[in-house]
Amino acid sequence: MDYLPFIQENLRSTAWFRPELALTFGAVLLFLLDLVWRDAATRVSRLSAATLVVLGVAAALLAVQPADAQMLFNGMIANDALSIFFKWLFLAAAALTVIISAQAKDIRPERSGEFQAILLTVVLGLFLMASSANLLMIYLSLELVSIGSYILTGFKKGDRKAVEASLKYVIYGGVASGVMLFGMSYLYGLTGTADLPEMARRIGTLSQTMAQAQAMGGQAAIRLTLILAVIFVLAGIGYKVAAVPWHMWCPDVYEGAPTPFTGFLSVGPKAAGFAVALRFFYGAFAAQPGTPLFDAQGLGAAVAGIPWPAVIGVVAAITMTLGNFTALGQTNLKRLLAYSSIAHAGYTLMGLSALSKTGMQSVMIYMSIYLIMNLGAFLAVIVVAQTTGSESIYEYRGLGKRAPLAATAFAVFLFSLTGIPPFAGFIGKYYLFLAVLERASGPAGNWWMALAICGALNSAVSLYYYARVLKAMFLESPYRDEPMGAAIGHRMLLGAFSAAVLVFGVAPGLLVQWTERSLQLFRG
Amino acid sequence: MHVSLAHFLVVGALLFCFGLVTVATRRNGVGVLMGVELILNAANLNLVAFNHYVVGGVSGQVFALFVIVLAAAEAAVGLAIVLAIFQTFKSIDVRAADALRE
Repeated sequence: MDYLPFIQENLRSTAWFRPELALTFGAVLLFLLDLVWRDAATRVSRLSAATLVVLGVAAALLAVQPADAQMLFNGMIANDALSIFFKWLFLAAAALTVIISAQAKDIRPERSGEFQAILLTVVLGLFLMASSANLLMIYLSLELVSIGSYILTGFKKGDRKAVEASLKYVIYGGVASGVMLFGMSYLYGLTGTADLPEMARRIGTLSQTMAQAQAMGGQAAIRLTLILAVIFVLAGIGYKVAAVPWHMWCPDVYEGAPTPFTGFLSVGPKAAGFAVALRFFYGAFAAQPGTPLFDAQGLGAAVAGIPWPAVIGVVAAITMTLGNFTALGQTNLKRLLAYSSIAHAGYTLMGLSALSKTGMQSVMIYMSIYLIMNLGAFLAVIVVAQTTGSESIYEYRGLGKRAPLAATAFAVFLFSLTGIPPFAGFIGKYYLFLAVLERASGPAGNWWMALAICGALNSAVSLYYYARVLKAMFLESPYRDEPMGAAIGHRMLLGAFSAAVLVFGVAPGLLVQWTERSLQLFRG
Repeated sequence: MHVSLAHFLVVGALLFCFGLVTVATRRNGVGVLMGVELILNAANLNLVAFNHYVVGGVSGQVFALFVIVLAAAEAAVGLAIVLAIFQTFKSIDVRAADALRE
């Protein structure tokens, strides 16, 4: 066998792999800097600055990289507009998390270097997740994200909640990714390939032969295996985006993890999970010059007689309903936001289930808006917890008087999470509903209509528990009168986040155009 | 007896079920992690068997090799977390850790 073409292909591919290489070497560099600056008084700010530089270098390399869509490393990685769009989101989330954690008390100064280095490896994993076009790559990148996340969840050594959260995370995560891998092994056996585009084609032919065989009453076993395999893979993806019934880890992990990392966890891996889902369910989606976007829908079509969009739609409805109704009774703000993040995974799944161009665009728009408003909400929780040491809703009584800036910003984020205009969350939801309603005029339209109504009712329910926080902040009297201070960096970020939520709410054109451009690039 | 693909698949499916049952019923933290290993190895067996009987080439074997390496990494982190649980709760019974409640 001649290996030379493979090696040449790998060498050629590195030209499009520079941001990832920067992150890899950056993570190693940070472990070294952590040792070099062991005793420096300003080590936290130095290490944070170094991390930001690494992220900046990765961003610069991403920006100058040629924008042509293509497959890299013998079809393992798709370098296309979808992955580039998500990579920008991950860089933004990581940079904001670094800035937030620099002034947060959750991360002890002597362990700051480790935190930043492991965070960089998680970002590397997210990068690979968004661009993997092969089952092996999907599994490896998902585990790279997971393993880093287990460590960072239990980062507060000796803290009962943190250690317990990381144990639950490692068990749930291990089982979910194991089940996904088992499903992948069946998919590999049924189709004879691990490359997603090739697999989508073969599943198409497989479905046709199955349909013919079924008419004659045979091949039930293969059909069952295929259904099971897809459900198993869905389990792995569902676990990453925290969709019901794979959501159980979410509230515990969010509560136990250091809050700056909780914020990152709620936006980064969730967005990456949706990127994987888009690639998996749109099948032949990966960059292939000359392939029209939606003629081969991969698993988007009715594979093995199961209409997968409908399955995702049902999961979406259950996820948002369960998330919202469980959030109603929560008194710990981190748990409340965890259930709210489950509900938001449900809304976003609505866009995924539409399996259309608008659906895809709506997922991308929602994930970028969700990044801003949810990181903002967690930052507000951090600011309050820095002074009070607690995340209980009772600490938020009279926050409007004690810390007007934090309270106002938090209110903006909560309104945006509910989806009320003129805040950005409304724009995000608008596109999700648009994607579903487009389907409502087609076949089985009533079911799509029902999904949209379910989403609307859920938004109304979510207003109730967000309003409880608002009521505590502005209508109830504070139990202490002295004003609550906040670190200067946190105050600036709170202002910036609220401004961004308002700007994207009033003038979403830029974001929408960006996602549209990203979609057009695929066709090239 | 002639060993065919079906035999491997049955063993793989059984291993997978044993793994799930182990995770669900074990109270010992290390035991739960062993259940996860069973699930991963069930998938490995499938991959290698499919590779040999159906697909040809080496793609499935390479897949399995990567999974083995990753299982080791996951076990390292998992055992470290169980150790932290032992230091904090003085027990590796997964039910002992119950600081997080509704």
